[in-house]
Amino acid sequence: MAKSSAATRPAATRRTRLLVATRKGLWTLTSDVARNGWRLAGPQFLGHTIHHAVVDPRNGKSILVAARTGHLGPTVFRSPDNGRTWKEATRPPAFAVDSGRVVDHTFWLTPGHASEPSTWYAGTSPQGLFRSNDGGATWDGVNGFNAHPQRKAWCGGDQDGTPDGAKLHSILVDPRDGAHLYIAMSSGGVFESPDAGEHWWPLNKGVRADFLPDNPPPEFGHDPHCVQFAGGLPDRLYQQNHCGIYRLDRPNDVWQDIGANMPKSVGYVGFPVAAHPRDPDTLWVLPMDGTTVWPRTSPGGRPAVYRSRDGGRTWKRQDQGLPKSQTWWTVKRQAMSLDGRDPTGLYFGTTSGEVWASRDEGRSFRSIARHLPEIYSVEATSV
Amino acid sequence: MTATTSQEAAAVVRVRIPTPLRSYTGGSEVFVAVPVLAPELPPTIGGVLAALNGNYPGIRFRMVDEQGNVRPHIKLFVDSDVTRDLGSPIPSGATLMIVAALSGG
Repeated sequence: MAKSSAATRPAATRRTRLLVATRKGLWTLTSDVARNGWRLAGPQFLGHTIHHAVVDPRNGKSILVAARTGHLGPTVFRSPDNGRTWKEATRPPAFAVDSGRVVDHTFWLTPGHASEPSTWYAGTSPQGLFRSNDGGATWDGVNGFNAHPQRKAWCGGDQDGTPDGAKLHSILVDPRDGAHLYIAMSSGGVFESPDAGEHWWPLNKGVRADFLPDNPPPEFGHDPHCVQFAGGLPDRLYQQNHCGIYRLDRPNDVWQDIGANMPKSVGYVGFPVAAHPRDPDTLWVLPMDGTTVWPRTSPGGRPAVYRSRDGGRTWKRQDQGLPKSQTWWTVKRQAMSLDGRDPTGLYFGTTSGEVWASRDEGRSFRSIARHLPEIYSVEATSV
Repeated sequence: MTATTSQEAAAVVRVRIPTPLRSYTGGSEVFVAVPVLAPELPPTIGGVLAALNGNYPGIRFRMVDEQGNVRPHIKLFVDSDVTRDLGSPIPSGATLMIVAALSGG
């Protein structure tokens, strides 16, 4: 009898799989049904810097991996069979020859709309947007963005940006309309397109940018670290920014500051934001130290997740099971993920190579892997 | 070893492959046939890399970016002479050595 697919398997028999992308390769963690025992497998692509590894939710078995090495240029690998076999893209994301620009690495991967089962989007460093219509085998620039006459004004020069390179990330495809896209850039800000990337406009009102002149408030040039749809409510966006935590309820175009109620001793700076898959009012952030010279470490050496169940009006510290002192790691923007089960599992990977898991929506955590290389992304799926 | 055969109008060039690129070639040394347009025009490094990519798809982009520049941590030697110019000729009998140079920890 053939195995049933994850989509048809009863929820009570599903397991969780984490794709753990690191600075030195790709690992997989697979749970038992209870999410109690975990099996670590890998590495694949040992020595490759893997910025993102994503399972295609439309078929549950295709995986795309954004890779490069210290010596070699960027590429994309794709697997049709849950990572058993891999093929390299025959035309990876690359800027137009006449642009003068060079992709340093592909940073972010997003599956396209459910109605376009072969479409993927990729965001690069420096900021570029690419689309594949053949499952990741060949990639073309989204010229409505890459060749936009304002693109350089929005993004700055290719040498500007965050310490390990300016990035285009958080590519969001509206589940109701595959042509309606959001992107975010560090730096550059959040932008929206109504027509699959032909036209774009900035969407940054209400967001602070304390590294830019503020009179008048800048339209773009902000530093969103991560943007996600609220679960089940794509008219709401949550944003973890360099300068705060924000919520946007469309069609409004002014972001609301929801980081102000975070404890002052912890602050409102972090990389990831994760939204509950079914409750649009519940989200998690993972703060880091953004004071003085920006250590980007766990505030006070005491890591914690902060959860809001009211759309960001109030926050609750969740740190049961996490180290209580002298812990200085950071969690990067793709490295916190939810498995969508009930209750949803919450997972994150650290710059020190640990993976932490909660199977009760953040009430308690335990370490399920240690001693991996620096973790760049963790993507959880129910299998 | 390099040999030019007038019947095939191609030069066969020996290319030494560094370990990071052997997932493409399967070995440390390969021979590629490069079309010769005219007897007085020896093959260039760019021509050799294009021919190499024909045999091992994707390998060129790992070494050369979309603007045609050799990537920062790749070095190319024609025998003992280092060059970053893809237009450099490869004399008859010369070897192209590709080196993945220092790139940090």
